[in-house]
Parts: sequence; structure tokens; C-alpha cells
Amino acid sequence: MTFKLTDTSIDAAALLDGLRDTRSGAWVTFEGRVRDRNGGKAVRALDYEAFAPLAEKEGQKILSEAAEKFPIAGAVCVHRTGSLRPGEIAVWIAVTAGHRGAAFEACRYIIDETKARIPIWKKEHYADGATEWINCAVRGGPPGGGAGDGLKAG
Amino acid sequence: MKKTVRVRYFALLREQRGLDEEEVATEASTARGLYEELRERHRFPLPADSLRVAINGDFGSWAAAVRDGDALAFMPPVAGG
Repeated sequence: MTFKLTDTSIDAAALLDGLRDTRSGAWVTFEGRVRDRNGGKAVRALDYEAFAPLAEKEGQKILSEAAEKFPIAGAVCVHRTGSLRPGEIAVWIAVTAGHRGAAFEACRYIIDETKARIPIWKKEHYADGATEWINCAVRGGPPGGGAGDGLKAG
Repeated sequence: MKKTVRVRYFALLREQRGLDEEEVATEASTARGLYEELRERHRFPLPADSLRVAINGDFGSWAAAVRDGDALAFMPPVAGG
């Protein structure tokens, strides 16, 4: 179970090679990529900022929870920080398990919890020069986040 | 009682404050009290209830006591993924 942050491009093929698990019949991977539009606005770039030690601690906790809830063999989650362009991978998750049900469910659990709990923020840069911190409504939104889920499909 | 704490800001809050981190002398007794003090001083628009606080590297509660030498981080709503 590994959760990590990286400030360089996520190499999905290399990460998959690193899993080396021949006992698992089900491998589910998820890639969250930067979209080029949000709410009708053209997006030029996206900055991710993290509170690194706490993000990694919370990420590790999410992976452990997934392993307790579902019969999986392994799980990896890598999240980008820094500046990304549309099309780049922002978050990459792989789950291995004996069977597909647990692998899909655990993967879904990991991405949902990652989005909801990990101290990572994103700022969109639009083609017209404007910028916006996603979920940080200037006048304050509802506790724990606003209605806008922002740019990423995740 | 006056104490000195380290405060970190993230995302929108960091930009509004104009810095990542600072040392603050405060008489606030709780994390909420400290944030309210800073909010008033720097006119942060975000209310405490829309943020989370971390104390000494872990998620903490707004009611937690602030002690001399603590490291607090104020975190706007997260948006990973």
C-alpha cells in the first residue's frame, strides 16, 4: 500500500511494472486527467498544492481503510503537485485483487476519499487570464467544500 | 497568557495572507480563537467553519487548546483528484 505525491509527470506504465503481482487476477487502474474546460471556460493550466506530510499520512490511511473493507492484494495512489496542462495525469490509482469486484470497489473508494479528505488544492488558470481556487468560494461555502467540484473528473 | 505559534496557510488563504507561514504571538486559547483573530487582522473572507485546522501535523479540532510552540495550519476546502 503506497500513497505518494510527486512533482513530476506520472509514468503509468512504469508504476504498473512496479506492481509485479502474479497472484491477482484483477487489476483496476484509474487515471484522473486534467480537462481542458470547466464550467464552459477554457482551461490552460492547473496548479496543485499540497500540505505534503499530512496529505501522505491521510493518503496512507485511506489505502489501509480500503484494504480493511475489501479483499484486495495491493493498492497504489500517486497524486501530482505543481503545474499541469490539460491531458496530464493528476492522480493515478492501481488496485490488485483476486477478483474484479473488490478491485473496482476499492479503487472507487480510494478516489472518492482522496478527493474528499486529502489536503490538496487546485487552482485553475483560464485562457482569458483569470484564475480560480476550486472549492474556495471567496465568501465561504458550506462546511467541507462548495458545490463546484471543479475541473477534474476524478 | 501570551504564546507564540507557527501558522501555515494554504491555497486561497495563503494568497490572501501573502505568505506561506509566519510566527504569531497570540492570547487566543483555542484554534478557533486564533483563526478569528487572524481573520479579523487580515480580513480573510473564509469563515472558520469552511476550513479545517491541523495542529502539529494532524487534523485537529477548532476547540483544541493553543499552546506555546504549536504549529497550526489553516486549510481551505480541499480539491484533490
